[in-house]
Amino acid sequence: MRWIWIDRFVEFTPGESASAVKNVTLAEEYLQDHFPNYPVVPPSLMIEGMAQTAGILVGEARDFTENVILAKIRVARFDDYAVPGDQLRYDARIEMIDSVCAQTLGTVSKNGDRIGQVDLIFSHVNQASKTLDLPDHNFVFTEQFIRLLGAFRDGLARQDDDTDGK
Amino acid sequence: MSGTHEEVYDKVREVLCDALGVDDDEVTPETTLQGDLGAESIDFLDIVFRLEKTFEIKIPKGELFPDDIINNPEYVDGDQMTRAGLDKLKAAMPHADFSQFEKEPRISTLPDLFTVHTIVNYVETKLAAA
Repeated sequence: MRWIWIDRFVEFTPGESASAVKNVTLAEEYLQDHFPNYPVVPPSLMIEGMAQTAGILVGEARDFTENVILAKIRVARFDDYAVPGDQLRYDARIEMIDSVCAQTLGTVSKNGDRIGQVDLIFSHVNQASKTLDLPDHNFVFTEQFIRLLGAFRDGLARQDDDTDGK
Repeated sequence: MSGTHEEVYDKVREVLCDALGVDDDEVTPETTLQGDLGAESIDFLDIVFRLEKTFEIKIPKGELFPDDIINNPEYVDGDQMTRAGLDKLKAAMPHADFSQFEKEPRISTLPDLFTVHTIVNYVETKLAAA
């Protein structure tokens, strides 16, 4: 199982940009301890949310044939908290991608207001680390991850059907 | 863009501080990126991106950090870099100071070629050619 830190994609332009949202709810267990009686989303989990948004964007650009690994957090800056009831939005854009790595720029928003910036570097480990003993299968883009993008595309298809029906 | 030596140096220092999370007083011209500032391989990519953006220059792969030569087993003999490797590296890195390395070209001391001064030299060459 994997901890997924985005609820769904709301925009996806292959090879260019992706946006995902995450609704913060008090039912999430980590908020009971972070902090007791003062629940706020840890910035590290917002970085992970951005990494998942941008990582799927980068993976899709190579048809999910590469293992895309978060290699470096170039910038992570947050100006505000997110608390239960807020909706977080992660907007990621590919600045550069080649066979070895990819660089993404991203903004984090809360209920429509920008609250942070997270810029990342991903490594294509099949290409960059041939000496590592890696499994043969793609261990990053599991079914769970791919489904997130599938759900977004299914939603688009349904919208098209509705439009066609009008 | 262009700039005086001082301006280029200040900006390179800023790039390195941002990329490696170090304080500016840790950065001097002789500081080595790996040994002194703890840069890892992915940091070199980051540094290249930041230099490109800061100075509005294009840095082709392998030009600033010619890893195709450095990692080529053909040029390695034990811990020594072969004469052919050294010649190739010197030709590829006119921006680096080989005076120390040349005396004893050991693979383990290769990272010492990558100093702040090396980066500043490289950027100045690129800006002059632009």
